Amino acid sequence: MAELVIARVDKIYRSRKGSVHAVKALDLVVKPGEIVALLGSSGCGKTSTLRMIAGFEEVSSGSITLGGKAIHTLPPAARGVAMAFEAYSLYPPLTIGENMSFALKASKLPQAEQDRRVKSMAEMLEIADILNKYPTSVSGGQQQRASLGRALVRDAGLYLLDEPMGQLEPQLRAVLRGRIKHYLREHNCTTILVTHDQTEANALADRIAVMEGGVLQQYATPAELKARPANLFTGAFIGEPPMNVFTADANVSGDQVTFTLEGGAALAYPAAELSAELRGRLARTPKIALGIRPHALRLGGGVVRGKVVACQWLGDQTHVAVDVAGRTVVSVSQERVSRAPGSDVGLSVAARDLHLFDPASGKAIAHGGTLA
Amino acid sequence: MDHTSGLEKILRGAAIALVLVFFLFPIAWIFLMSLQTNETILRIPPSLAFTPIIDNYTALITGQLRTAAGSLQLNFMQNMFNSVMLSVCSVALSLVLGVPAAYAFARFKFRLGEDIAFTLLSFRFAPALLVLLPLSLYFKTLGLTNTYIGLIWVYQLICLPLILWIVRGYFEDISPDIEHAYRIAGNSWWKTFTRISIPLAKPGIAAAGLLAFIFAWNNFIFALILASADKQPVTVGALAFVTASGIQYGQIAAAIIISITPTLALALYAQRYLVEGLSMGAVKG
Repeated sequence: MAELVIARVDKIYRSRKGSVHAVKALDLVVKPGEIVALLGSSGCGKTSTLRMIAGFEEVSSGSITLGGKAIHTLPPAARGVAMAFEAYSLYPPLTIGENMSFALKASKLPQAEQDRRVKSMAEMLEIADILNKYPTSVSGGQQQRASLGRALVRDAGLYLLDEPMGQLEPQLRAVLRGRIKHYLREHNCTTILVTHDQTEANALADRIAVMEGGVLQQYATPAELKARPANLFTGAFIGEPPMNVFTADANVSGDQVTFTLEGGAALAYPAAELSAELRGRLARTPKIALGIRPHALRLGGGVVRGKVVACQWLGDQTHVAVDVAGRTVVSVSQERVSRAPGSDVGLSVAARDLHLFDPASGKAIAHGGTLA
Repeated sequence: MDHTSGLEKILRGAAIALVLVFFLFPIAWIFLMSLQTNETILRIPPSLAFTPIIDNYTALITGQLRTAAGSLQLNFMQNMFNSVMLSVCSVALSLVLGVPAAYAFARFKFRLGEDIAFTLLSFRFAPALLVLLPLSLYFKTLGLTNTYIGLIWVYQLICLPLILWIVRGYFEDISPDIEHAYRIAGNSWWKTFTRISIPLAKPGIAAAGLLAFIFAWNNFIFALILASADKQPVTVGALAFVTASGIQYGQIAAAIIISITPTLALALYAQRYLVEGLSMGAVKG
């Protein structure tokens, strides 16, 4: 229920073997009641960020403010944040139920209210039947839900969830995502969750902060991340299967813009489909990286020809791998497509589905024909 | 275990019996010796047929040793009291100092931390005689010779490294996130240490305390050099049985039986902690 402001935060781990700059000049604002996912691969700095907010790691420089109060120098107990740990970290001598109510002990709530909360939380997470068991005698998934419940049952200004559903089976995960999102909304909980699973980030978060190499790459809504990736990393990282990326030369001549891909194939568009500013930019610096999402790569038609390498119907979509000038690209279509491997196929992409990046810096130049 | 054949079971039984005989025979033999007179102990060939007597024990407890050469004063019970006093106090002091130190070494990286921990361990490498000469000189100057305080202090050389290094391992095995979970729920560092870390490391602390107690109890050389008769423990006190009129085997055996009883009882009692300690995490508290 409080706003979190992370301002120019750095984290440097120093040891005898040298230092690691884990988080670099991170700026992030989480609005009251907003759910934000920190998304990135292992070692990208997302967990370090979470632990700095919780107070288990010192901030090397910068500040963290929660609800207008600087918290980065306070001990964890005084920060008013709740956290669910990736390794569960339940107290072994206590039962699941005691573990969850334990977090409420300090809250001075009446016992009946504490019991009611634990019970309804356990029901939501479907662990009501194991409240009397000990952590070591239940499964990893149950421990994880207990750990999540222990965090959510508290009244805190900020909830930190570290890989909260990594151990759950897919069906349960899908059900719980919905319930947890509803719970967080209903209680207006400001939440940061750390995950490497983009489905989870998309399903739970209002905004996603994509991190890589300790640097925040982009901070935007899930839809915006897909439609307007800020750079080549985000473009390739978000989306499954990943974006097809080519290096290409743009050629603006009269009423036509042509992108010549590595290997010689060319994509041509009427100049009107690209904005005038973009045409100007391409005329000045023709070298670009061209990104095409698999679902935007249409089979049939087009001047780009390729050979089908594999074709697989997944039950709801078809993945077709095509060899284009020595590179394999993936096309996804919602219909059932059957193409024999080795057969020749044409590929086309609409101008509105093109993502152009600067090949040197990786920064986005344009999305769908207009400058980024 | 269901897959073992009959032969395997027999072989395993035989192996266990062999080990038990090897370890328990000396204790059993000493126990039998303690119930005999010197004459029956020393007869050739030895025999198991004898009339048990408890004179050896009564002599130790009353402090009156009658030998062929006359009556002798013994202060075995004083030695026994000294042993208990020295071992209990030094282990207690070691726990008070060692457990927080072990926690610090396990949880925090600080300048020279590893070097300090290693230095403490190195006390166990050095032969006791090496440190005894300078120690006895220091003790004379400081007036600590033949005092309980001095001996308990020196016994820290035995107990502290043991407790520090064993307990440190236990603390390292506890996930710091369990403590973090407790701290973030609004509890102070000290409360987390006493309510979460120590209870979770309890099997390890008990095991380390027990081992330290046994080592302290069995120590011989420190008290031999640094204390005189009235402060010496049983290990040194047993020397009194080497008398002018010969070695009193019966009394030595009885003294050994009495002196191992406390450690044996303690070990049997603490056995379950040791097992728990070794299988930490799998056994519910």
